[in-house]
Order: sequence, then C-alpha cells, then structure tokens
Amino acid sequence: MKNLNIFKKPIYQYSLFLPIVCLLLVLIVNLIQTPNFFKITVQNGVLYGFIIDILNRSSGLVILAVGMTLVVASSGGTDISVGAVSALAGAVCIAALGTGATYNVPYIVSILLALIMGMACGTVNGYLVSYMKVQPMVATLILFTAGRGIAQLVTGSFILYVKPEQFGYLGNFIPGVPLPTPFFVAAFLVFITWIVLDKTPLGMYIQSVGINRDASRLVGLNSKLIIFFTYVFCGMCAAITGLISVSRTMSIDANNVGLYTELDAILAVAIGGNSLRGGKFSLFGSVIGAITIQALTTTLYAMQVSADQIPLYKAVVVIIIVSLQSPVVLKWFKTIKGKLSTRSHQMVKEAK
Amino acid sequence: MATKEILTMRHITKNFIGVRALNSVDFTLRAGEIHALMGENGAGKSTLIKVLTGAEEFEKGEIRLEGFDHPIINRSPEEAQDKGISTVYQEVNLCPNLSVAENLFIGREPKKFGKIDWKTMNSRAEEILHDFDIHIDVTLTLDNFSVAIQQMIAIARAVDMSSKVLILDEPTSSLDEQEVGKLFQIMRMLKERGLGIIFITHFLEQVYEICDRITVLRNGELIGEYKIENLPRLKLVACMMGKDIDILEDIKEEQSSSKEKDEDEIILEAKGLASLGKVKPFDLSVYKGDVIGLSGLLGSGRSELARTIYGADRVDSGELKIHKKNLSISAPIDAIKAGMAFLPEDRKEEGIIEDLSVQENIILALQVKQSMFKLLNKKDQEEFAQRYIDILDIKTPSKDTPVKQLSGGNQQKVILARWLLLNPEFLILDEPTRGIDVGTKTEIQRLIVDLAREGKAIIFISSEIEEMLRTCNRMLVMRDSEKIGELWDDEITQDNIMTAIAGGGRA
Amino acid sequence: MNRAKINSPQGKMRFSNQIGQKLLERNFLLFVTIALFIAMYIAGLIAYKDKNFGNVQTFLNLFTSNAGLIIVSVGMTMVLITGGIDISVGSVVAVTCMMLAAMMERAGIGAAPAMSIVLLFGLAFGAAQGWLISYLNIQPFIVTLAGMFFARGLTAVISLEMITITNETFLAIAQKRIYLPFGGYLNRKGVMIYPYIYPTVVMAIVIVIIAYLMLKYTKFGRSIYAVGGREQSARLMGLNVKRTKFFVYILNGLLSALGGIAFCLNTTGAFVELARGFEMDAIAATVIGGTPLTGGVGNVYGSLFGVLIKALIETFVSFQGNISSWWSKIIISALLAFFIVLQNLLVRRKNKTKSAT
Repeated sequence: MKNLNIFKKPIYQYSLFLPIVCLLLVLIVNLIQTPNFFKITVQNGVLYGFIIDILNRSSGLVILAVGMTLVVASSGGTDISVGAVSALAGAVCIAALGTGATYNVPYIVSILLALIMGMACGTVNGYLVSYMKVQPMVATLILFTAGRGIAQLVTGSFILYVKPEQFGYLGNFIPGVPLPTPFFVAAFLVFITWIVLDKTPLGMYIQSVGINRDASRLVGLNSKLIIFFTYVFCGMCAAITGLISVSRTMSIDANNVGLYTELDAILAVAIGGNSLRGGKFSLFGSVIGAITIQALTTTLYAMQVSADQIPLYKAVVVIIIVSLQSPVVLKWFKTIKGKLSTRSHQMVKEAK
Repeated sequence: MATKEILTMRHITKNFIGVRALNSVDFTLRAGEIHALMGENGAGKSTLIKVLTGAEEFEKGEIRLEGFDHPIINRSPEEAQDKGISTVYQEVNLCPNLSVAENLFIGREPKKFGKIDWKTMNSRAEEILHDFDIHIDVTLTLDNFSVAIQQMIAIARAVDMSSKVLILDEPTSSLDEQEVGKLFQIMRMLKERGLGIIFITHFLEQVYEICDRITVLRNGELIGEYKIENLPRLKLVACMMGKDIDILEDIKEEQSSSKEKDEDEIILEAKGLASLGKVKPFDLSVYKGDVIGLSGLLGSGRSELARTIYGADRVDSGELKIHKKNLSISAPIDAIKAGMAFLPEDRKEEGIIEDLSVQENIILALQVKQSMFKLLNKKDQEEFAQRYIDILDIKTPSKDTPVKQLSGGNQQKVILARWLLLNPEFLILDEPTRGIDVGTKTEIQRLIVDLAREGKAIIFISSEIEEMLRTCNRMLVMRDSEKIGELWDDEITQDNIMTAIAGGGRA
Repeated sequence: MNRAKINSPQGKMRFSNQIGQKLLERNFLLFVTIALFIAMYIAGLIAYKDKNFGNVQTFLNLFTSNAGLIIVSVGMTMVLITGGIDISVGSVVAVTCMMLAAMMERAGIGAAPAMSIVLLFGLAFGAAQGWLISYLNIQPFIVTLAGMFFARGLTAVISLEMITITNETFLAIAQKRIYLPFGGYLNRKGVMIYPYIYPTVVMAIVIVIIAYLMLKYTKFGRSIYAVGGREQSARLMGLNVKRTKFFVYILNGLLSALGGIAFCLNTTGAFVELARGFEMDAIAATVIGGTPLTGGVGNVYGSLFGVLIKALIETFVSFQGNISSWWSKIIISALLAFFIVLQNLLVRRKNKTKSAT
C-alpha cells in the first residue's frame, strides 16, 4: 500500500511477490491442463466460465480473509470461530424470514439481525482476547464449538428452505447483471476496508498494536479497544459470508455452512505473505491468497479430483509456502547465495 | 595468590550492524581471583560475556581455557557450561513453572533406578540453599518467590555447576544488603577453591569490597587491566568515562538557580500520588526549566514514580494537577493530551515498534494526539520525520526503513524524535542514554539542558549518577518504592546522594 | 509469598499451610475439575436414579466410548505443556482408521501388521510435523493445520466410500469383554451380571499411567515443562529445546495413531468424515483438565478428567432423551469458557500478590 520504489530492492522481497507468484503458478497449470479454463461464455445474460466461478466462489473467502487479516495483525492470533459464526448468522437470518411463501420480517431486518449476531459473536471473542487476555485461539475455540450448536437450536435442528426467489440474489445473480453478486459484495468490502485503513491512521494503529502492544499503549493508543474492534469486524465479515452462503443454496444447513472456512481464511492470510505473529499486514495479499485457494480448489475440481481429496493438495501447497517464509530457510538461502557470490567473486579474480 | 591463568581472550573483535562492539579486546582470568569487568553501558561488557558463553559469535580473536590445548569456540551456552563456564544474568534465567529444586537440578537430576529421585533432589536442593542462608520450601514453584530469591537461586545453581569460571553479570541489582553480603561470602569461598570469577556490577563499593583485579572497557576498546590497589575510585571512574567528562563539565553552568520558583511557573503538581505495589504516595512539584533527576538503586521505584505520573502504571490514589488544574489520568493518552511525553526505560519492549518504518515511529504519537481518525497530511508526515532525522542526526538508510534495522542509539533517537515532535511541556526520560555510544549520550544530555532552557521541564532517570550530576538542578532520592528526599542545586553531589540512598542522609 | 512465614518454626502449621497452598496455587484448577466431575456425577445419580445411572457399567462406559479421545488427549497435553498446539490429531485418527480398514479389508493384511504400520505412520507423521515446528521454526498452528488437511485428504485418497471392518482378529479384539470381578448386580432371572470393559480402555489407562510417570520421573518429561515454562531460560540452562519439542511431536503423532486404533476398535469401520472436530474435543478436554494453552503447566490425569466430564455431559444429554444432542456441545463450550476465565483470574491474582510483596 506504500509507494513502492521498485528499483531499490530485489523484487522478491516485496510482500506481494510470493502470493502473486502462487496465483500465477496455479493459473499456468490450468492453462496447460484445461485449455478452456479461461473461456468465458454468456448464457441467459450472465457470464459463465471457470474464471467467473473462481471469482464467485472465492468471494466469501475473500470477505473472511479481510476480517481474519485484521484479527491476525492486531492480536497475533487467529479467530477460528468464523465458520461457526457464519452458520449462526445464516441461521438467524433464515429463522427470522421463515419458510413461508412470504417473509415473516422485512428482508433488511433479517440481514441486520444476522450482522448483529455476527458482531455479537465478535464482541465475545474480542472481549476475551483484549480485556481478559485469553489467547485468541482458545477464546475463539469457545464459539467454534458452541456456534454450530446454537445455530442448530435456532433452526430447531432442521434444514430450513426459503421460498421467495429474491432471497437467492445475494448469493447468485441479480437479474440483468452479468456478474455474480458475491463478487460485488466482496469487492465493495475490500474497497471500503482499504479506504478506511489507508486514508485514516487505523491501519497504522492496528499494525502498531500488533507489533508491540505495550509500546503502542505508551504512545497513547488504546491497544485493547483496537484489538477488540478487529474481532467485532471479523465477526461481521463472518456474518456477511454466512449470508452469501445461505442465499446461494436458499437454505440453512447449520452443520455445513462455512464448514472449514476458518482454516481456509487463515491459510489465505498466510499465503498472502502475512505473518501469523501479527503486525505488518497486506490486505491485498490476503485477498490474492483467498483467490489462490479458490483457484486451486476449482483447478482440482477441473482435474476431476474429489472434493474430499482436495485438502491433501492444499496441505502440500501450504507447507511449501510457509517453509519458504521460515526464517531458518531464508537463512539457508542467504548462506547459499553468499557462497555462490564469493565463488563468483573468486572466479572474477582468477579471471583477472 | 595463585597466578595460573585459566581463561585468556585475545584480540576479540565483534561488529554489530555498522557498530564495532568489541575492538581487539584482551581479557585474562586467573585461578582464584575475582575479576571486575567495568565500563559504562554500551562499553562492550555484556558483548564480551556473550562471546565467551557462546550467546554471540565473534569475528576475530581466540579464547583459551585451561584444560584445552587448542582455542575454544562456544556455539551455545550449553557448550560453555559443559566446559565449566557458568553464568548468572541480570534477569533471572530460570523456569518460573518448575519447583525451586528442579530449577537447581534440571538437566542433571539425581536418579534412582533410572527415574528422577525427587527426594534426594529436594534434600540436596535444601542443602545448597542452606549455604546461602535461604530456607524455603524447595518444592514450591519458582514464581512463588520474590525476584531477589529467584536471583539467589540462579546464583546457587551456577555456583553448584561451575568448575572453572563463574560469570556474574550484574547479579546484585535486585538483592538487598544482607543478600549481597551472603553472596560475597560464597564468592570468597569459591575463590579459595580456585575458581575464577568474573564480576560485573554498577556499584563501585562492591568492586572495591570483593575484587582483586579490574578490567576496564570503554566504547568497545580495552582501556586496561589493573590490580585493585593500583586503581583508586576516581581514576576508575575517569577510565570508564574517558574524556567526555571534560566535554560535559560546562553543560550546566548557565542554568538558573531553582530553589525560589515563581508560582506561575509551576507546570505539574502531584499530591500523594501512588500506585499499589509499585510506588508509595509521593508529592512533587515541577516548574518550568526544571531538570529533575531520580536517583536510587535499581528497583527503588524511580521508574515506577515516573510511570505513575504518566499513567503508564495504574494510579491508585492521590491527585495530579497540571497548570493548577486537576487532571485524572486513566491512560497514557490523557497525559499526552496534557502536554506530557514519556520515553520508557525498556526501548525494545515499550519503545520502538520494530516493524514500522522510522517515519511511522516518529509521527505515531503526534498522530494519536492530534486525531484518532484523521490521517496527518502525508507531506507533513514526511517533513516532520525528515526534520527530526536531520536535527537528531539519525543514521538511517531512509525514512521508510523499518526501525528495527537501526542501531540501538539511533532507535533511541527515533523515540526521542517521536516525543520532541509533540513539543511537550514536560518530558519524562527514563534511561535515555542506556546502551548507546558516548557521542550520542553527550548529545542527548545537551539536548536535555537545552530543552530546559527553553522552559520545558524534564524528569531524567539514569543509572549513571554522573550523568545526572551534570544535567540536573534537582534530585529526588528513592528507596524502597518511596521518595525519601530532594536535593537542590549545590546539594547535588555524589556524596549527598549516596548517603541519602544509604539511608543516613537528610530526608 | 513472604519469607518470614516460610522461615517460621512452627513446623506443623507450616506443613498444613503448605498443603493448602499447594492445592490452591498449584493444583487449584485440577482440584476444580475433579470436584466438578464428582459433583456432576452425584447430580446424575440423583437426577437419573430410575434410569440405571448408578450402575458401574454406566460409569465404565464413560471410558469405553472415549478411549481414543483419552489417548489423544494425553499426547495433546504434552504438546500444550511445551506451549505448542496440534490440530491435526482428528484427521490423523481418521486416516489411521481408514488405513487400518483399507489394509485389512482391501489388501488382506493381518490385523497385527496393519496396526504396526499405522503406528509407524503416526510416528513419521509426528516427526515431519515436529521437524517443521522445531527445526524450521514454523508456528505449530500452521504446520498442524496443514497436517490436518493432509491427513484428511489422504483419508479421502485411500477411499471415498465407507469401509466396514470384517477382519476376525480385529473384531475379536474390539468385542473382547474384560469382566471386572466386582460391581455386579443381579438381573431379573437372578443371574449375577458383572460390569465389563473393552481392551481399548485398558490401553487408555496404561497410556495415562505411562505418560504420568514419564512426565514426572524422566529428564525428558521435566524438559517438556521447562521448555513450556520459559524457552529462553531452558536453553540457557543447557537443555536441548529443539530436540525436546521434536520428540514431543513425534510422541504425539504416535499417540494419535494409537488413539486412532482405539477409535477404530470402537467404530469397526472408517469413512472420510470420521472423527471430525476430534482435535477440538481433545483441546477442550485438556484445557478443562487444567492445562492452559500458555504452556509450562498441566497434567495427564487432569486431561483424563476433562475427557470424563465431556463424556458425562454427553451421557446426561442422551439420558435426557428428548433434547438436541447439540446441547452437549454448547454445555462443553460453556464449561470451557468458565475454565478459561478461571485460569485467567488465577494468573492475575498470582501476579498481583507477587507485585504487592
């Protein structure tokens, strides 16, 4: 987000270098493997194709990744409850609307209720992490286990279906618009977040608190409040993802909405070149990370890999990426590079 | 006295990024001697010790240890320990969650039938601590005990393990007089046994009480090795300080006398301010142009007093007035808004925000003070940062360099810049010169005096009394978390301070 | 803690003080856990008097249904004591079950060699994770997250369909009832019915005991605590921090595989979704058992009680009959929250009393 003076540093030292390379790699594999991967067609006035599918499917993950990025940056920990919170928010929305031919409450009210639910969950997490000083993973473990249970209570352990057709707009297409709605939602959220972080000092505050909580307090920042706020925001992001998800299927299945998305979201943050120890972060890195994960998933689908087997490949990718970021490995590279350069120096000398 | 050399270090050279930490330093330790390693902060004492114990690598030179016919290199503290060199550090390096006995024996537990023999371990632990006159339940976890006891346990462990060389790196800072006495008794006993002891301390009395030899370092250079009787106190101080004594002599001259202050010039007034368990209630009035020193031993509550005024520690009672108006400080931001600034003692933990750039570190406090949400103009930001980089001569590749890549002294200047940028009326500087080179030290001292001349007030805390003698017009003396006295102008002499700290003086 | 009190000559007073203090300061959380378990059990006896809750068999079933979880929790406890975490255990349990099933049913490998192979697999899996965590210095959460994905994916690669185990040796072990010589009751026909347990329970109990002894009486065991207490200090005191962590993760891998075997003996079948969320159960049980995630503190028997409390809640919910089984999840989370807050308050109190002296 800074003005990059490209000429001073070797390009691989930029935080966005690795995520972009990863994404490109995935796309190149596709180009070879599935030649029609990049083909986009128009059917019934909407765009179709793998690329559109990736954009569509990754939207929810992008939104989660945005929230997760801030949580990681400010507290150096992860919010593992986002998947469960998504399910809970979706359940609240649909339970409010009801399963009749018409809505029980106005649509906008149900959306607000879901968002409030998400933020309430974020409040619980944030309070435990910032004011009670519980490690983020443990604090969010509570809602991770309880969230789906509460969602089941909300839905009465049934899979509820919503009838009015408009309900599906958020998760699919709005008639007459060729691009999927989630794409716009995600783009809007990323844009707003970016504006807020870049045009106000909040981005700097979050990093500052994440890097050194005590020092930040002494320069006058309310470290606790800032951490708290990121969790509430993350809860809201989870709720939005949940809304998209239930709209896509026009139903709520509390067991499966957002299942394992917390892991994908954390992964997106890590692939985006962000340290999970907090501090410096790149919002766009996480966005690219989220898209990369979805691209990888879609690619594997295109290669006829079963949905259940996909985690195996994801795991391999993760290990490679985080190993490359490990300080120990970086040191190895440096020594190897050092050796090579001294050798080349010697060769130059000998040549002279 | 035995003169067999058990440890010799020759031409040890070590560089940190851009700074020469040790320049061809020699050091010799003989069997049965207690050898003081002296020097100001940043002289290279700890680096030399770290090189010896393998905590840091060195570039040039060699280390020889008795019993090895080749130069040794320790790659880690374990290796050093295996060779018979054990160390006690300033901070307690034990595990708080383990029992006292375990902390003494971990890694070398007594065994019976292949399993740890807790009974023997506990009774042997009690015996060891008996020598130190510590009678505690060794089965309780370490974190049940005060820092002083923890430090004694760390010493006991090192003593029990060391076979050749024992390094004590400022072990006495958290000990009281009686405990120090006990430690010295043990040290003398070990000396009899033929151990070599390297002793690092800030307290000159202790050096003269127990040491046989002194090696003085300054600025990474060896100044010399002396027998204790050949190096009187004053000369030692001169050796440690070098020529900056002369540079600083005249700093204070133009300062006006301060005892009769105009009531209008009062900036801050504290009445009965206290923080539970940190500092007992104290009164303090600060006037324009004041440079107030806080003296007292480490742990006497001098940092805590400053922190309480700033709201860095919780204020439990008392009141604070700024310009005669009551002020309640619940968080540092309130103090900042009231015109205060606070440079904390621990630069790494509480000062720098390491991954942020130099510029961000400089403007951060101003940004927070001015507006929580409205970003400072980008141009202004750059200008502010550049201005202070120039004024304080901060050596950095660019404004956008992460501050962690700078040397310690430059990091300190960055934090100083952060606070100066606020143009505060009242600055609290807690150890602003620790661990930085002599040149920068002098600059900072000068800056303090200049700021006072401009009508600002400063609280200056330093463990080097000389530094405060040179700059302060008033000195608060602290002991046991309590302010026990104030010295004004001419009364501020090393002797007066010492007697006040020791408890015999006027209060 | 003041010294005057410790040095006081009244030996007896001192002694009883110490016991009280130890209970409160050191084992308070464990004390609460055990007390809670007993209280809950008594409450169960009263509430379900007419439903045979008081049977010894009902009590033993708490172990039977959770033998795998107990074993996995033991490994988790050790990992948490070092200050690390392992969220791959659930998937490892799943993949070991699947491997066992596939080897015995599809490849015709005998039960014993199949079990040895999965144990080796667990060992290797733990070693790989341990190496990445301790020697490459990558955060345990991320490494084991990848491990979780990997193992789950591998399960699916082995078979997408459910495999039911029909291997006779395996089923014989699974269904072998070990009757206890006491605690029986007469049934309506006047025949004495003795309570029984399965071999998996014996396995779990033996593991708990071995782990307890190892943690208390070996140098390695104590190093685990030291590393979790203050890594820097442990290093300076001459302990090999990296190797200790490495071995703990290896051990944990091995125990996860063993837990998988126990789990598989209970289910006698395997499918991709098996043991989903198992890792969180293990972490929750461990935390409830008095091992905080901050490291340095904890006990395997505490974790055993953590598992039993979870089992008890599930039993209540099933005895209640008509309420949603989700309640057990919610109650466990509430308990977890309670323990986390309690741990925090304790730490704070300790720091406060220390800074005041």
